[in-house]
Amino acid sequence: MTPEEETEYKARRKARNVVFAVAMFAFVALVYAITVVRVTD
Amino acid sequence: MTIARGAVGNGSAPRVKSRTIVNTKAAPLETTPTPVAMPADWRDFYALTKPGVIRLVVFTGLCGLLAAPGSIHPIIGFTAILCIALGAGGAAVLNQWWEADLDKLMKRTAKRPIPAGRIRRDDARDFGLLLCGFSVAIMGLAVHWLAGLILAFSIIYYSVIYTMWLKPRTPQNIVIGGGAGAFPPLIGWIAVTGEITMMPILLFAIIFMWTPPHFWALALFVKPDYAAAGIPMMPNVAGEKSTRFQILGYSVILFLTTLAPVAIGGAGLIYAVAAVLLSGAFVALSVPVGLRMPSEDDKLKPEKRLFAFSILYLFALFAALVVDRIALA
Repeated sequence: MTPEEETEYKARRKARNVVFAVAMFAFVALVYAITVVRVTD
Repeated sequence: MTIARGAVGNGSAPRVKSRTIVNTKAAPLETTPTPVAMPADWRDFYALTKPGVIRLVVFTGLCGLLAAPGSIHPIIGFTAILCIALGAGGAAVLNQWWEADLDKLMKRTAKRPIPAGRIRRDDARDFGLLLCGFSVAIMGLAVHWLAGLILAFSIIYYSVIYTMWLKPRTPQNIVIGGGAGAFPPLIGWIAVTGEITMMPILLFAIIFMWTPPHFWALALFVKPDYAAAGIPMMPNVAGEKSTRFQILGYSVILFLTTLAPVAIGGAGLIYAVAAVLLSGAFVALSVPVGLRMPSEDDKLKPEKRLFAFSILYLFALFAALVVDRIALA
């Protein structure tokens, strides 16, 4: 793997990790919000 | 002997290390490092969900939700629409996973992430299953189990009944398979009311009747693509003349179907006027498509015009339904 390819590899992996983290955070926030709505209903 | 080791399978950086072991009995054996596959870009996963189709699915689902009698908490309503979007996205991913070999053969689809080699086929399958499972579970747990059940059925309808079974076998694939795209307003409606009544069934019927002229207009100008992939679309099997006549026929049936909500008292004057004008335009655009037989070098403008209008038509019709409901309220 050339240095350029390694840089690209790391950039893609980082971007995927960021997207995954955002999705997980959104999921937790959604479940929290749903729970609050259902409990107060 | 030189042994090259690549970091594979543990998610770590692909560093290639080598170490030398002195072997006095055998000649040195040189091996090249195993090439490490570049991880798929997240944008390719996003593209797999067919965002353009999801926009229409989300819109019709939202319209079904807003047009339904009763109320729903905004958070629960948002969850319902999110689940519809994720379920539709998951079904689209499974569709592309199954059709990857066919997509390679068609100009229109050859650049999709799987045929272009940007995403591994198994990764796409797992991603699709994850989206589908997640959307159905959350819809059932947070919104309504009937809505979750219908969502699950719509996913199976699209990815199994349409993609795997009907599409490669019958030119009626679009007619029957069109039901898959007709579920979102039904699900949106059920998310609010928790029951299936005549009105959401009519919303289902409108999209069901809209699908054949919409897709066959497309099939007329990408006919060689479908023929190359061996997909039995109506123009390739029944011929252009028959397809064109059926487009016109379905457009007339669509016109009548869009008036049914008014007939049963489910929609008012605003929707009635919009339905007559929009469906009238749809039929008017279908007439030249239905009655002509173009030459070989024809640019197929009427067909392209009908296809483009059909997308706008569905957005406008469902928007009119919501405006009508708000005005009535």
